Amino acid sequence: MALPAAEIQRMIAEAFPGSETILKDLAGDNEHFAIEIISPAFEGKSRIQQHQMVYEALGGKMGTTLHALSIKTRTP
Amino acid sequence: MSVNETIQNQIDSNAVVLYMKGNAQFPMCGFSNKVVQILGRLGVPFKDIDVMQDMEIREGIKTFTNWPTIPQLYVKGEFIGGCDIVSEMFEDGELEVLMKDKGVI
Repeated sequence: MALPAAEIQRMIAEAFPGSETILKDLAGDNEHFAIEIISPAFEGKSRIQQHQMVYEALGGKMGTTLHALSIKTRTP
Repeated sequence: MSVNETIQNQIDSNAVVLYMKGNAQFPMCGFSNKVVQILGRLGVPFKDIDVMQDMEIREGIKTFTNWPTIPQLYVKGEFIGGCDIVSEMFEDGELEVLMKDKGVI
């Protein structure tokens, strides 16, 4: 099972409107990605909170459908 | 003991606990290994818990922390983060400050 890049982009764009996202497929298998999200929604939140927002945006698919996601979050 | 009680006991009884794949001598995953290396660089003594040995812990820790992935680093009973967060904090110098503040190094 894997999560296509387009699907990830869509879910992130939906959860973080007005954000900039850079998504890299690390292994070409739709299972190992690196994502960088720049969004004002992260303002004032701890790193843990920011990453949890990203996990939530992926609707529980993290760890099951999606095997590995390296996350970098920033405010603009 | 329920798995939650087991986990609570582990993080209460050890200053630094790393839930990882494999163990500190033989990490079984690149992300787990990265955290092991960082802790080594800072000279932080830690208790490693190999989640591959225990399915209950492997799933239990994800629910306990509300965090879907392994590795997970706990310091003085507080969840610090997974590989990405620990790496970022290490590069910023923040991790060393935290470890000193908590009296771990």
